[in-house]
Amino acid sequence: MITAAILRALDKKAIWVISILLLAAILVPLSNLMLPVGHPLRVPNYLVPLMGKYLSYAMLALALDLIWGYCGILSLGHGAFFALGGYAMGVYLMRQIGTRGVYAHPELPDFMVFLGWPELPWYWLGMDQFWFAAIMVMLVPGILAFVFGWFAFRSRVTGVYLSIITQAMTFALMLAFFRNDMGFGGNNGLTDFRDILGTPIAAPTTRAILFAATAIALALSFLVCSMIVKSKLGKVMVAVRDAESRTRFIGYRVENVKLLAFTVSAVIAGIAGALYVPQVGIINPGEFAPANSIEVVIWAAVGGRGTLIGPIIGAIIVNVGKSYFTAALPDFWLFALGGLFIFVTLFLPKGVVGLFTSVWNAIQARRASSSAQKGVGPAPGPETDFPITTESDAGNAQPKTNPAE
Amino acid sequence: MVDTLRTDSLLYLDGVTVSFDGFRALNSLSLIVQRNELQAIIGPNGAGKTTMMDIITGKTKPDTGEVYFEGSVDLTKKDETEIANMGIGRKFQKPTVFESHTVWDNVELALKKPRGVFSGLFYTRDTADTDRIAEILDIVRLTHRKNEYAANLSHGQKQWLEIGMLLAQDPKLMLVDEPVAGMTDAETIETSKLLADIAKTRSVVVVEHDMSFVRDLDCRVTCLAEGAVLAQGSLEHVSADPLVIERYLGR
Repeated sequence: MITAAILRALDKKAIWVISILLLAAILVPLSNLMLPVGHPLRVPNYLVPLMGKYLSYAMLALALDLIWGYCGILSLGHGAFFALGGYAMGVYLMRQIGTRGVYAHPELPDFMVFLGWPELPWYWLGMDQFWFAAIMVMLVPGILAFVFGWFAFRSRVTGVYLSIITQAMTFALMLAFFRNDMGFGGNNGLTDFRDILGTPIAAPTTRAILFAATAIALALSFLVCSMIVKSKLGKVMVAVRDAESRTRFIGYRVENVKLLAFTVSAVIAGIAGALYVPQVGIINPGEFAPANSIEVVIWAAVGGRGTLIGPIIGAIIVNVGKSYFTAALPDFWLFALGGLFIFVTLFLPKGVVGLFTSVWNAIQARRASSSAQKGVGPAPGPETDFPITTESDAGNAQPKTNPAE
Repeated sequence: MVDTLRTDSLLYLDGVTVSFDGFRALNSLSLIVQRNELQAIIGPNGAGKTTMMDIITGKTKPDTGEVYFEGSVDLTKKDETEIANMGIGRKFQKPTVFESHTVWDNVELALKKPRGVFSGLFYTRDTADTDRIAEILDIVRLTHRKNEYAANLSHGQKQWLEIGMLLAQDPKLMLVDEPVAGMTDAETIETSKLLADIAKTRSVVVVEHDMSFVRDLDCRVTCLAEGAVLAQGSLEHVSADPLVIERYLGR
């Protein structure tokens, strides 16, 4: 049953994407660790965590597009799930510092000693164990999404109203995490990490392994999303996106479909956040900022909404651009981002991937029609898998049938 | 007496009243649909035909009145999904198909199967399902367009696809709202044959304005006006009724 679902998920495109990611997971660490410094093919040390960061952003964009592109749920608060996953990992990393903090307390992190807390709060217990922290990385965002979705989807909150309350959710979490009493380092967040799984976090080997882990996690998330999207459930999700009440009248529980997609998406976002934190070395309440979540929507839109490859490409393009612009023209970045969003919305409604697809289809159609005219190659059959091609064929054929005489 | 009426019927509406902002869309409407019955509902705009369908399918809750399915199930306590899964299918006035899915996928989504999210995730089409979908596409004459997006269908074809989706749901009661709007005369005749055929094994309620189509259906006719039943019986009987002539048919 599950193997059938996996096989269905692994179409040509999915195999390509997963192979490229797995190849990157092997080649980037190899080139960084094995090749001598100064070798033209060596990935420099600074680039490894930067690329890891991009891939964790890509995972977040993928998670968002699963619900936005396929199920029509525009979450403007997905950064919250990413940040919660990040905080879960951050708490684990804080507990690995041990006596190496400024106050050299064996158990309490520096900020708790500074605040005069006598002992760890209950929700920090167990987080020194990696396996427990790893479960929390998925469980905390997952449960929040489940409870939030349970109420929102059951009350049939949709469209703009849902977007606004997701935005309010991340804003509320930001304010909560800013408080020192919350027990997550307040304004400063969690930082000064030392070890992860017993190895120094800043060592090139650790960095390389973290990059590989992020690439593999992205590949697995892609596989899971592809499994969902290619299944009948995925078709129901698209049906909900396009005609929600019709789907209900056919007998599907729309709220359950949305709830599952939303929860899976939040878990993927949480894992992405957990991979992000050790690579950038800090997590603070700023990650909950509403603007961050809106930026994720822009990544998905730029890459191509309603595709699984689009958000990955979009997240990478926009963030490479951001890295470049914020260094070269720091004042210009926000204008460029806003302009990009407007440009994509107006001229590329299907994003970069949509542009490629339509160019590719046009080339294929031209090739097919020219070979048909020459009489070489098989003529295009009436039943193709791509209705768009048949439509454009019909469009080409129309002028010819006009009675010109 | 009333009880036997209710238990023998497939659908039983008694004294159903609904108001929207003081406007009485349904005014103590009572209606019975028997098992395996084809019934046509006519009436002027605003007579409450669509509101009646909203009540039956759970989209709207009545202010007062009883709505029973199969004699014992109180429909006013169920939501759209439960009612759909109990066996009441609905075709909307404006054809609503899933435009970004292929014709085939539209029927596959409607096919009577477990509706849970996990059964959807692990669903694999077996030969019985494939045969059934192919059969339905054949009935609604869309086999040649099965791989096309539903968005590319003509208006009439969308109507047929929606009827096909209803068939796939295998409901006990089909509510069909204006099925021949936008169809050619030939298509209209085909549709009336199709619906009469479907009504052999299940109940069908058709709301329609097209009187020649209603004549083709050759079934019991109910005329609604101002949210209540005005007249009921054969088309000849109903169209001879002076009240129906005054309020609906004109002359």
